[in-house]
Amino acid sequence: MNNSAVSTGLSSLSLSQRLVAGLLALMLGLTLLVGTGFAGDYRLHNGAHDTRHAMGFPCH
Amino acid sequence: MFRNLFFAALVAALCAGLATSAFQAWRVTPLIFAAESFEGSGGEAHVHAEGTAAHEHDDAAAVSAHEHGDDEWMPQDGLERTAFTVFSNILMAAGYALIIGAVSVLFNLPVTFANGLLWGVGGFAAFTLAPALGLPPGMPGMPVADTLARQIWWFSAAIGTGAALVLVAKVRAPWALAVAVALILLPQLIAAPQAPDDPTGVPPRMTAEFVSAVLYNGALFWVVLGLAFGWMADFLAARPAPQLNGAKA
Repeated sequence: MNNSAVSTGLSSLSLSQRLVAGLLALMLGLTLLVGTGFAGDYRLHNGAHDTRHAMGFPCH
Repeated sequence: MFRNLFFAALVAALCAGLATSAFQAWRVTPLIFAAESFEGSGGEAHVHAEGTAAHEHDDAAAVSAHEHGDDEWMPQDGLERTAFTVFSNILMAAGYALIIGAVSVLFNLPVTFANGLLWGVGGFAAFTLAPALGLPPGMPGMPVADTLARQIWWFSAAIGTGAALVLVAKVRAPWALAVAVALILLPQLIAAPQAPDDPTGVPPRMTAEFVSAVLYNGALFWVVLGLAFGWMADFLAARPAPQLNGAKA
């Protein structure tokens, strides 16, 4: 019932659709990564402290 | 399609975040706790950990004025600290999963269960191995170089290797391979910020154990993330057309 263009997903999208979805996901992903692994704020740092060390992020 | 991407990333993040939490509780966190006992012995100020015994916290407050005050909020050891770590592991995993999803969409490189392992190994190479080559994963209480400088180097190593892998995946040509090798090597040739040669109370054997634990942790995390992402993306793509049309809007 679903044609192959739909079921393969990615390739059926136009370039602009991919740009919007990709950049949105990239921004959200980087925000989460920086928030957990890199932010200087001491609350974020101390809350995610063990995650930072365990994942090899530069920590104190 | 967009909804599929976010949903696949969410499920992958949950799987990888919980997997790494279990591994951390087993092999990583005990080492962090042990190192912290040495950190305390040298004063709260991590950079100045001297390994000398029996310092009062009040003494340390004078030294630690620059970064870590004793009155700073931090989760209580025990359940609260574990909960914060699991939560931040999942958020961190969601960050990585969305970045993988973004790379997949932007460069038209689908993530499937069949190639999920390859994505996982790629993520491990870019985000664990490449940064660890110049900045060995460290425990609390060890001397370190300036944090911002290390963070910048960490990112350049990760992005260089990640970009190289995407380039090789997209362009099958000798020149692409040459550029990829250059992208991987460049941050490594620009030396990573070196830690000062300060004394530390953390035993060397523990330091070495920690590096291998972090590398295994990264490998497990990335393999689970790649496979779960691919499995979920396959599952969602195979769902009936009306669902997909809804998601495309």
